[in-house]
Amino acid sequence: MGTTKIDAPAGVPFIDISREFDAPRELLYRAYTEPELVKQWLGPRKYEMVIDRWEPRDGGTWRYVHRDDDGNAYGFHGVFHGPQSVDGMLQTFEFEGAPGHVSLDSLKFEEQDGRTVIRTHSVYQSLEARDAMVASGMGEGVNEGFIRLDDLIARLLAKEPAGVGSAT
Amino acid sequence: MDQLSSVFGALADPTRRAILARLAEGDRTVFELTAPFSVSQPAISRHLKVLEGAGLISRSRRATARLSHIEAEPLRDATEWLAKYQAFWDERFDQLDALLATLKPSSEPAQQQEGA
Repeated sequence: MGTTKIDAPAGVPFIDISREFDAPRELLYRAYTEPELVKQWLGPRKYEMVIDRWEPRDGGTWRYVHRDDDGNAYGFHGVFHGPQSVDGMLQTFEFEGAPGHVSLDSLKFEEQDGRTVIRTHSVYQSLEARDAMVASGMGEGVNEGFIRLDDLIARLLAKEPAGVGSAT
Repeated sequence: MDQLSSVFGALADPTRRAILARLAEGDRTVFELTAPFSVSQPAISRHLKVLEGAGLISRSRRATARLSHIEAEPLRDATEWLAKYQAFWDERFDQLDALLATLKPSSEPAQQQEGA
């Protein structure tokens, strides 16, 4: 359906993600706020997703755990801030594998003609914090302008000389 | 992991990306690399050092000139990571798509079977 656009503007510790859905924003808001619905889509398929808390109101907290088949568990938690509504949501995000590295994630639901674009804007404490997220491989981090680099990289790899190692 | 971070860091700079693009066409000397840019040769040398530190290029000597050579492997690792990140979000949102379809008041006659 929609294409997920991921952008990490250079020089600022942000990540912006957008995606269009064929649904009114009321439905998206439900999918983001009702725990029974949240757990059906938020976790990667290969993990079991357990939601401990999901309290989408000012000051409410959330926590969920991803568990894989080998028994590894990855916990995430945060706090909802301000009014949560069909206009948008605001929450902190922390991977329990990197305590203290907290990002502030805002979410906007923009509906037009029955379709809704969601836009998330994540603010990290520093570029280094975002890099740490990247290095952890656990998800909500990405480095500097790199996402927009995939074309360049594809080009670079395509042009890679076939066989290096000429004996001289 | 550490290498991946330094690869991302090295790629963060537009000049360094342009240098890599040039090197993808073939090995170059610092002098050849400096020509198209409005930056000094020492500045280009510093960029090359960063790229070399990230393992993105290697440098060798040809007579008196030092040649820079692009190394594809770290880029491939970075690309794989990037693909994983994109896949992570694609999967998440595809699941959301599927869920939303079940939440919608069904308009198709086939699904009109009383849902109460």
